[in-house]
Amino acid sequence: MSLEKLELFEVFLRSKRGLDHKHAGSLHAEDKEQALEYARDVYTRRSEGVSIWVVRSNDICASQEDDSDSFFDPSDDKPYRHATYYDIPKEVGTM
Amino acid sequence: MIHSVDLYSKNRIIKVVNILTTGEEMTKYNKSEAELEAIFQQKIDSEQKIEPKDWMPEAYRKNLIRQMSQHAHSEIIGMQPEGNFITRAPSLRRKTVLLSKVQDEGGHGLYLYSATETLGIERSELISALQSGQAKYASIFNYPAQTWGDMGAIGWLVDGAAIVNQVSLQRTSYGPYARGMIRICKEESFHQRQGYVIMMELAKGTPAQKQMAQDSLNRFYWPSLMMFGPHDSESAHSAKSMKWKIKRETNDDLRQKFIDQTAPQIAYLGLEHPDKDLVWNEEKGQHDSGEIDWEEFYAVINGNGHSNRQRIQHHVKAHEEGAWVRDAMSEYKQKKLQRKINAETAA
Repeated sequence: MSLEKLELFEVFLRSKRGLDHKHAGSLHAEDKEQALEYARDVYTRRSEGVSIWVVRSNDICASQEDDSDSFFDPSDDKPYRHATYYDIPKEVGTM
Repeated sequence: MIHSVDLYSKNRIIKVVNILTTGEEMTKYNKSEAELEAIFQQKIDSEQKIEPKDWMPEAYRKNLIRQMSQHAHSEIIGMQPEGNFITRAPSLRRKTVLLSKVQDEGGHGLYLYSATETLGIERSELISALQSGQAKYASIFNYPAQTWGDMGAIGWLVDGAAIVNQVSLQRTSYGPYARGMIRICKEESFHQRQGYVIMMELAKGTPAQKQMAQDSLNRFYWPSLMMFGPHDSESAHSAKSMKWKIKRETNDDLRQKFIDQTAPQIAYLGLEHPDKDLVWNEEKGQHDSGEIDWEEFYAVINGNGHSNRQRIQHHVKAHEEGAWVRDAMSEYKQKKLQRKINAETAA
């Protein structure tokens, strides 16, 4: 069995209950069940996670880093979406 | 052994339960319901979050769906009173700010609907419960927004009260809800601050503008206090929700926080406090306040507020008028798929 025939999976770990799953890395596996077992064996050897997600890399639709300027620029000229845009006097407490 | 829960399927049959946590959990799907419930409560008691793939009592799931969908509906219906003022905002800057706030509310509705759907209910079920009146939303949005001052009062008081509640809910026991609240609270701060800035501008303005600010404060202060719900002694869902840590603080405690934080903000504006019985209680370290008109509260909740029918009618209308967009999207998907198939057969 050649490595090239294996599919690439992305691994996401939840380090603690209540936290988001975070991308940890990737691996090759035959199918999703195997990917989950591999991910456990490789990425949680020191109890790094309480939950694992594996996702076929091909199933991830990602924005392109090169296009990111034009992709994200609609929010560049909208400083009023930030709380700090508004001056609130100290006397009235945090808001 | 690898297991997964078929949580999202319509019939919600739990095939097997997630492992990869602890040895104890690896076999928990073989346990009786009473044992599962004990494990569940133990997680809650030790401040662990419940995640979508965990076993949970049916009543916990139902309670969460009720509360989270009500929260989502409030965000969406809450777009109406302010949306009504986007074309009436007195300057381009104020228009862009208000538009941005209303867009945020739409996004918050999306976060909350999506988090609710992790409990195995579909968006269409949630929407139809809202439109049929079976599901509730915050009754504050059944009050009409009449003046520009109301845009100030809503951001400052209504969003302010929502923040007090939502900050507390960042610690709710259901993981997706807690994480949604953290994200929403970050964005919500802008909402309250822009509202207070409107109030400051009006309060420092001409006598007529100051009067407009006072009038908005008078109309929105009490309904904002009602947002925290009935007194703890009257609240139908409180006890169970506290035991399950869906709610972390009681209605009355949260309301008290809001009363205390709002009093100096009213004083700074130089406006008259709408609660004539409000006094600082040195011993308790908090304000004593007047009683809320609970008859008004129940009348509005039961559908007899000023705008109840209009809010739902508008939602139904917008939903129906948007049907062509959803149809077009699904049509376009089919078209793209067909093009791909054609290209492949040609090649």
